[in-house]
Amino acid sequence: MPEEQDTLTLGKRTFTSRFILGSGKYSINLIKAAVEDAGAQMITLSVRRANTQDSENILDYIPEGVTLLPNTSGARDAKEAVRIARLARELGCGDFVKIEIMRDAKYLLPDNQETIKATEQLASDGFTVLPYMYPDLNVARDLVKAGAAAVMPLGAPIGSNKGLATADFIQILIDEIELPVIVDAGIGAPSQACRAMEMGAAAIMANTALATSGDVPRMARAFRLAIEAGREAYRAGLGRVLTRGAAASDPLTGFLH
Amino acid sequence: MDGSAAKRSDLIFDAQGLSPAALERKHRLERDPSCRTDPMAYLPGMEVIDSDIKDRVRAAMGAYDPSRCTAADVRRALEHDRRSIEDLQALLSPAAAPFLERMAELARAETVRHFGNTVYIFTPLYIANHCENYCVYCGFNCYNTIRRMRLDKAQIEREMEIIAKSGMEEILILTGESRAASGVEYIGDACELARRHFRLVGLEVYPMNTDEYRYLRERGADYVTVFQETYDVEQYEKLHLAGHKRVWPYRFDAQERALRAGMRGVAFSALLGLSDFRKDALATALHAYWLQRKHPEAEISLSCPRLRPITNHADVRPGEIGERELCQVLCAYRLFLPFAGITVSSRESASFRNGIAKIAATKVSAGVSTGIGDHASKYGEEAADAAEGDEQFEINDGRSLAKMRADLSGEGLQPVLNDYVYV
Repeated sequence: MPEEQDTLTLGKRTFTSRFILGSGKYSINLIKAAVEDAGAQMITLSVRRANTQDSENILDYIPEGVTLLPNTSGARDAKEAVRIARLARELGCGDFVKIEIMRDAKYLLPDNQETIKATEQLASDGFTVLPYMYPDLNVARDLVKAGAAAVMPLGAPIGSNKGLATADFIQILIDEIELPVIVDAGIGAPSQACRAMEMGAAAIMANTALATSGDVPRMARAFRLAIEAGREAYRAGLGRVLTRGAAASDPLTGFLH
Repeated sequence: MDGSAAKRSDLIFDAQGLSPAALERKHRLERDPSCRTDPMAYLPGMEVIDSDIKDRVRAAMGAYDPSRCTAADVRRALEHDRRSIEDLQALLSPAAAPFLERMAELARAETVRHFGNTVYIFTPLYIANHCENYCVYCGFNCYNTIRRMRLDKAQIEREMEIIAKSGMEEILILTGESRAASGVEYIGDACELARRHFRLVGLEVYPMNTDEYRYLRERGADYVTVFQETYDVEQYEKLHLAGHKRVWPYRFDAQERALRAGMRGVAFSALLGLSDFRKDALATALHAYWLQRKHPEAEISLSCPRLRPITNHADVRPGEIGERELCQVLCAYRLFLPFAGITVSSRESASFRNGIAKIAATKVSAGVSTGIGDHASKYGEEAADAAEGDEQFEINDGRSLAKMRADLSGEGLQPVLNDYVYV
C-alpha cells in the first residue's frame, strides 16, 4: 500500500522538507549547502540584508523554488516589525514572514507581547506569519488566536548551540497547540534536531550549527538525516515507549472485574 | 614597569607658525597646572545626568592591579563560559600573555557564534577639522598649525557621492570638536545628506546634550561614537589641557545621553597608550558593560585605537602597546562581551586587520581618509588641490573598499556592507 507522503503545510504552501535555514550567519556557501545537502525548501532572509545595493545581494543566491521567509530582525517593537514585513513584500519576498522582535541586544530574546501584536496585524494583512517566541503556552494560544501559521519557540539562546534547554516547555506547546511547532534557535547538533523531531516538532530551523561547522555541506547532510530520523521515530510512536517505560506484562489492575 | 602610565611628555610639540602670545599660552598650559581648569567641573550648558556608571568604572579601575593576577586566574577565566569582571582583569593582565593563542582560539569561537564569518565594512568621512580643544596628541588640536577646513553642504554631498559610488553603505561622519565651526545643525544637515546616500549613519563628533542627540537622531543618525581617550582622570587632565573636552565626566556620560535620546547604538574606546593600557581597557569594557545593562536594547561596540603620527609631529608612537598586547586586549574584550561589536580602524596595518578580523573584530574601515575634502583625489577622480584640510593622524592601511572586500573574502570571511533597514 503506497504510504501517504509526509508533508508540512504552512499557509498556502506545502513542504516535504522539515529543515529551514535560519538567517543569522550570512554566507553564500551556506545557502548552497542548505538547499543541496540539507534539502531546505525554505530559507530565512533578513530583510535588512536583502535591502542592499551590494553586488552580493543575498536575494540573488536563493535558488528558484525555494520559499523565502523574510524575518523582521532588528525590529524593537510591533510597529517596526510590521513596517519591515511590508517592505519585504514590496521587495518581492512574498507573503511569508517570520516575526522577530527583540528589545535585548545581548541575548536576542524575543519580546512575546509585541510579537502577539505584530502577528495579529500581519495576519490580518494576509501574511503567512511565523512568530519566533519564548515557549510560553499562554502566549502560544494568543498567537493561534492572532492568526499565526505556526509557532517558533526557541530551544536555547540564539547562537548558543546549547540544544533544547526549553525541551519541557516546547513539549507542552507540541501537546497543546494545533499549529505546527517549529523549533528555532539554539539547535547545535543533529542529535538535538533529531530529539526535537522525536518530540513532535514539525520542523527545525538552524543556522549557526551549520555555519560554524568545519565542513558545511557534510553537516547539512547530517541535519537532513537527523531530522528525517527523528520524524520517522515520532511517526512510529517511539517517544511513548522510551520515555514512559515498558508496560507491565501482568496489568496491576488485572484483578478488577 | 609593565603597563605603567608614562608621563607621555614626548607627545608635546610646538608647531611652526604660532604667534609668540599663542606659544606663551600653550607653554603655560603645559607647564603650570594651576592655570588649568578642574577637569571634573562641568561648563555652562553641559547637561548633568544622574548616573553612577562613572563612579563604578573609576572605582573598578582604581582597584585593579594587573600585576597581581596569576596564571591560575587566567586559566580559570579561560575555563568559564560566562566571564566575570575578575576574569576580565586576569585576561587583561601580563599573566595572560603566555595564553594569547588560547585566548585567540576562544575569542574566535565566540565571534563566530555571535557573528558568523561576517565582517562589516564602513568608511569615515571627516567634514571639518576645526577644533577648540588642546589635546596634546591630536593632529587637530587648536595649537597645531594645520590647514583648517569645513566642508559646505555641496562639498559634503560631493564627497558622499564619491564614497557611495564605491559601493559603501555605511558612513561615519566626523568633525573636529568645535561648536562654533561645526554646530549641531550643520552636523544635522550632514546626517540628512548621508541618509540619502547610505544605509547606516554613525557620528563621531563632540559630546552633546540629550536634546541635541535626539535632534540628530531625527535627522538620520543611527549611532554615536565617543572616545574617552583615557579613563585615568589624572592623566586625562595632563593631556587635555584646554577646551570643553577637558571636562571628563561630561564626555563619559555622552553614550548614556545618546541612548536616552533614542540612538540605536553607541561605541566606546580608550586611545591606548595615553595611560596604563590595561586599566584603560578594563574601564572601557566596564563602561560598555554597565551601560548595556541599563539599556539592554542598545547595540554596543568597542574600538581599540593606538596612537599614530600626526601632522607636524611624526614621532607620536603608541608607547608600550605592541600588536601582541593589542591582540590580547581585543581577545579579552571579546571573551568578556561576546555580543559586542569590535571595530578595528585603519590606524592598524593590513596584516593586523586581516588577522584580527578572524579572531575578534566585526567591523573594519576601508577607503579611509582622515583629511577634509580629499576623497575626489584619494579615490582617483581628480588631482589633489590646495583646498583640502589636513589629516587627524596618519593611517596605516590605505586599502580601498574593493581591495578590502577581496582580502577579507580571501581570508574566508564574508564582507557585509549593511545590516540595517530604514522603515
